[in-house]
Amino acid sequence: MKISLNGEPFEVAGPLTVDRLLAQLEIDPRRVAVEHNVSVLKRTTYETTMINEGDEVEVVNFVGGG
Amino acid sequence: MMEDSLTIAGRTFISRLIVGTGKYSSFPVMVQAHDASGADMVTVAVRRVNISDRSQESLLDYIDTDRYTLLPNTAGCYTADDAVRTAHLGREAGLSNWVKLEVIGDEKTLFPDNEALLEATHRLVKDDFVVLPYTNDDPIACRKLEDAGAAAVMPLGAPIGSGLGIQNPNNIQIIKESAGVPVIVDAGVGTPSDAAIAMELGVDAVLMNTGIAGAEDPVSMARAMRLAVEAGRLGFRSGRIQRKRYATASSPIEGVVTR
Repeated sequence: MKISLNGEPFEVAGPLTVDRLLAQLEIDPRRVAVEHNVSVLKRTTYETTMINEGDEVEVVNFVGGG
Repeated sequence: MMEDSLTIAGRTFISRLIVGTGKYSSFPVMVQAHDASGADMVTVAVRRVNISDRSQESLLDYIDTDRYTLLPNTAGCYTADDAVRTAHLGREAGLSNWVKLEVIGDEKTLFPDNEALLEATHRLVKDDFVVLPYTNDDPIACRKLEDAGAAAVMPLGAPIGSGLGIQNPNNIQIIKESAGVPVIVDAGVGTPSDAAIAMELGVDAVLMNTGIAGAEDPVSMARAMRLAVEAGRLGFRSGRIQRKRYATASSPIEGVVTR
């Protein structure tokens, strides 16, 4: 299925949960925040939140800044 | 002299220097600079993870979060909506409700958009954030931010990254005298004397990034800034002498050996 991931089209087998998506991307869930359809997710909901065709997902982390 | 720590929103800090994590040549240099600065709090930015290249190292591998309080910023946000959204993402990424709130009004100066900043402060305070807004050196703007529930106000000394020093010391002093929350000079410090001047005006802390990270030797500059902040603070607390137009002799006038 096609989703939007960090503003870019992204192809992934699904539907799938947020924690599965992060695992596929090799992203440590403790180091990021995830937004699903413009709603920021609590970490405790990664296992239960389903990503479906056409969904918008943002994965952010901390970088250097002032 | 009594112990002199800084308290913001009920949390106490030993250091009055807050430092950034941007623009360092490498993470190891940043780690050394943070150590030399003596800071207890460091700012970080919130950005999209690079999906196509997962090889990059994580900033958090180089910040001991038992030692440093993380202060996520909303740098790069030009609307209240974007800043609020970024603050919420920062809260989930860092598991802390503190935010250095920036809502920028103009690319060239990076001056804040006062109206949008105030709106974002209201909204984030309502969402239980500890809001530290980066603002103009405007006493009225600072008062409105405090009334909106900001935990501190952070007037700029000069444009971000400019190194111009404290452009309007009188305004900074008026802000400090009127504020009921800590005042942190954020941005514009280029050299240790700038930091000392800010502290001598009586503000509670100084926040800087480029002044240290952009120096030829960031680690020794971090130490210099630490000493300057401490010196400026101690100078302020010690009560300076009055300025006078003419000389006053330091040595006794009596008993001078003369013909």
